Amino acid sequence: MKSFTYERPGTPAEAAAAVARNPDAKFIAGGTNLLDLMKLQVETPAHLVDVNGLGLDTIEATPEGGLRIGALVRNTDLAADARVRKDYGVLARALLAGATGQLRNQATTAGNLLQRTRCPYFYDTAQACNKRRPGSGCSALDGVSRQLAVIGASEACIATHPSDMAVAMRVLDATIETVDAAGAERNIPIAEFHRLPGDAPERDTTLKRDELITAVTLPRPLGGAQVYRKVRDRASYAFALVSVAAVVQPDGTGRVAFGGLAHKPWRVEEAEGDLPRGARAAASGMLAGAAPTHDNAFKLVLAERTLGAALKQARA
Amino acid sequence: MKFDTPAGQNPIDQLKVVGRPTDRIDGKYKTTGTAPYAYERHDVAENQAYGYVVGAGIAKGTVRAVDTAAAKAAPGVLAVVTTLDVPKLGLGTMNYANLFGGDRIQHYHQAVAVVVAETFEQARAAAFLVRVDAAPEAGRFDLAAEADSAPPVKADSGEGSGADGAERVGDFEGAFAQAPVTLDETYTTADESHAMMEPHATIAAWDGDRLTLWTSNQMIAWAKGSIAKILGIPKQNVRVDSPYVGGGFGGKLFVRADAVLAALAAKAAGRPVKVALTRPLIPNNTTHRPATIQRVRIGATPDGTITAIAHESVSGNLPDGGPETAVDQTKLLYAGANRLTALRLAHLDLPEGNAMRAPGEAPGMLALEVAMDEMAEKLGIDPVEFRIRNDTQVDPNQPERPFSHRNLVGCLRLGAERFGWDRRDRRPGQVRDGQWLVGLGMAAGFRNNLVMKSAARVRLDASGTVTVETDMTDIGTGSYTIIAQTAAEMMGVSLDRVVVRLGDSDHPAAAGSGGQWGANNATAGVYAACMRLREAVAQRLGINSADATFADGEVRAGNRAVALAVAAEAGEIVAEDAIEYGDLSKRQQQSTFAGHFVEVGVDVDTAEVRVRRMLAVCAAGRILNPKAARSQVIGGMTMGVGAALMEKLSVDKRRGFFVNHDLAGYEVPVHADIPHQEVIFLDEVDPTSSPMKAKGVGELGLCGVGAAVANAVYNATGVRIRDYPLTLDKLLARMPDAA
Repeated sequence: MKSFTYERPGTPAEAAAAVARNPDAKFIAGGTNLLDLMKLQVETPAHLVDVNGLGLDTIEATPEGGLRIGALVRNTDLAADARVRKDYGVLARALLAGATGQLRNQATTAGNLLQRTRCPYFYDTAQACNKRRPGSGCSALDGVSRQLAVIGASEACIATHPSDMAVAMRVLDATIETVDAAGAERNIPIAEFHRLPGDAPERDTTLKRDELITAVTLPRPLGGAQVYRKVRDRASYAFALVSVAAVVQPDGTGRVAFGGLAHKPWRVEEAEGDLPRGARAAASGMLAGAAPTHDNAFKLVLAERTLGAALKQARA
Repeated sequence: MKFDTPAGQNPIDQLKVVGRPTDRIDGKYKTTGTAPYAYERHDVAENQAYGYVVGAGIAKGTVRAVDTAAAKAAPGVLAVVTTLDVPKLGLGTMNYANLFGGDRIQHYHQAVAVVVAETFEQARAAAFLVRVDAAPEAGRFDLAAEADSAPPVKADSGEGSGADGAERVGDFEGAFAQAPVTLDETYTTADESHAMMEPHATIAAWDGDRLTLWTSNQMIAWAKGSIAKILGIPKQNVRVDSPYVGGGFGGKLFVRADAVLAALAAKAAGRPVKVALTRPLIPNNTTHRPATIQRVRIGATPDGTITAIAHESVSGNLPDGGPETAVDQTKLLYAGANRLTALRLAHLDLPEGNAMRAPGEAPGMLALEVAMDEMAEKLGIDPVEFRIRNDTQVDPNQPERPFSHRNLVGCLRLGAERFGWDRRDRRPGQVRDGQWLVGLGMAAGFRNNLVMKSAARVRLDASGTVTVETDMTDIGTGSYTIIAQTAAEMMGVSLDRVVVRLGDSDHPAAAGSGGQWGANNATAGVYAACMRLREAVAQRLGINSADATFADGEVRAGNRAVALAVAAEAGEIVAEDAIEYGDLSKRQQQSTFAGHFVEVGVDVDTAEVRVRRMLAVCAAGRILNPKAARSQVIGGMTMGVGAALMEKLSVDKRRGFFVNHDLAGYEVPVHADIPHQEVIFLDEVDPTSSPMKAKGVGELGLCGVGAAVANAVYNATGVRIRDYPLTLDKLLARMPDAA
């Protein structure tokens, strides 16, 4: 960990301004990911802007009939919220599928969206990684890639996004609210929030550097059966090989997003029309263009079968 | 005390204290955070500075230069020692990789520098400023690619359970060719990491030319000798102290870089220095269990009599390193007139392979006991029955040499009964419980019992307190408790009158913790010392020791009864002795046995495997403390689930290192993976093992359980995977239709 300076601003706009002033500054909230990365010098901020004192920790109903979740609402509290449990079951289930009780107590809503990949080469500073050090290359491409992306990847990066929560939010069409140093607010649909790596894998999201997430808004409840099915090598405390967030209506129509497959939660709205025809039909559209490695080709079979399991569960 | 004839009746047989499920006497310290681990021993030396280790970022090559200017100029930095600052150091006993010194890099994350600073944070920050200029070289990292050309090897596992290269009995090839029913399959096991909770850590302090290491180590006498050898200093100038060890599993049998670098750093800084290996360094910097490729061939007659059995294994290691002795158990576990076992060893440039809990048997049983399951199916015989049919009461390689005590059959029969084995459907893939395909599997468990000299000192003071001093370690196993139980039984006092001091090289040298030899040998050493103390006590009291009984805090002879404490009124009585073994273990084969039974569910869609229940029935001589022993066995069973289902160091075959080098990437079972575990100990003694009549259980719980999991997966799905761990990607393509 490099030495850093630290401040606690009074308002979200001040926080954004503090980051804007210092090119080596970063926001810190729960710190469950950033601090680990700082210890390894994968992240080396010279200045931390602690947003924990900004409030932003309530869950409120919106006039549109949805929910507005403060950026600093802890994962545990979000998963336990009665409205979330009742109307957004897929989100509650996704949250509880992630990490551990201790981590969920500390991790925040915004921080969960912003967590960085778990690609082992990203974590090892002796290895080439375009996400950690742009232009250095990607060791994962011909390295150990069992956990890594099968779709939407690039020659520069095959990292996956590790979040469970974000997959559920993607299927719920959440909106990310931000404020920047100038005080300007912006609403970013979650579909446009996480990026594909392309030739700039160092950028995980479309946020500007000085843009602070203040809330995540969920639209009106979708109803239907809401399922989050996470597949991993052990029963708890492991990142997904594949996960499926699904909201399925009684007539068989619905929405679905995959985790563990790509640099972002993977949802293909155009293919969702095939859901009533079953997992195979829907998956073939959603996974069209996939380019797995030898190590992770199984994820395509697994994704289809996990979708099948999720649809079965939704019908049950 | 020489132990060369089977034990007769002795004071341990009273079983007033020994054999009871006593709580661990160190338990309250562990659970309240008052048992200090090595890195937490803030009070043992003043003015401790912090060292942080820099590991090589290449797998093989030469260090040309190390630029320490920026690190030395960083805040708080006291010293930087690089591998180029010291000549190549000596090797510790039974180790092959150079821990530090010189310009050669033999494996990834080999230590190349240690940075010492006033605080941990300063040392860590400065460590990232060290610039290492290293010239990489091509290396060999792929066991499968090297396997065919790997030469045969004669070797010893390092724990005494030797394998002697190829061993033959009768005519294996001829008998196998003639056998009406045969099996010839290849099984692969993964590189595994010990993944103990407490990382390797040491505080080092010099007093002139005398060095003290407060460290975390399983084998104090080995550590003392090795550190002296590595640093080139006299052994008598070294003290090693390791009273609490937060898990070892073989990874702390040896001195590691933390100890060497703490010593060098303390010398350079001129004050005590503490060094812990960071978690990401541990898998590549230290030792690991090597991967294996094993071929098993079995030939049998239709009635299930094995006529030919062969087990060959190839593994890799650094030059001069040893093989994983995965064929050991096959020499002893089943009958069969024609036999072949052989080891081959490939040269690999991966980190050093060495002992991990049950070296040899742990991976070997993963192959043999699946092969037995496959063979039973081919024969149409129940797998429990097939094993019973091929039981042997003698060493099949030397039929004149019997087992000292062997009740594998009892383990299997009782296990089958308790587990409900008769409800298993022999046809795989038949049982559904909702989303789950359910299967039952079993395997034999087998691990040898090793005897080893072990010494102790016992003191009796005027308060009647009995104090035991030995360098024996407690690595989470219960050594403190069973040693206290032994001393209490021998001296006729209650447990609260006994104080146990462990892990200090100033104490007499015990067998140490490894190879499941610790419990029997260390307590036998205490037994020997207590016999001496009893004689000394009797002498003080003017009693003929042969007539004396020690009970209820008194020494009794005839009509006389004297409080034990009275004997020490004129001064503390100190007695010391060691247990030393004759050739009983050569004349008779001492081994431990188990029946492992496992039920799994396999998700019909995703092929996720989840264990539903487990049972181990163990036969391991006298169980000194059933509670501590049970903990050992369920820990072994858990590790077996890890080996079967998830544990694998993933090798980057181009860059030559274990990629998943932290506990997020190297997955071991969590609580949610481990459901109901049951352990039953058969009530038995083995008088040939020691006066304690006990044998080890610490590794028995691991040996075979992974195969039982694999056999259960097959029974659930009909899919046979011979490549561990059985992750879902290997099952998926062959799963039955998920209707």
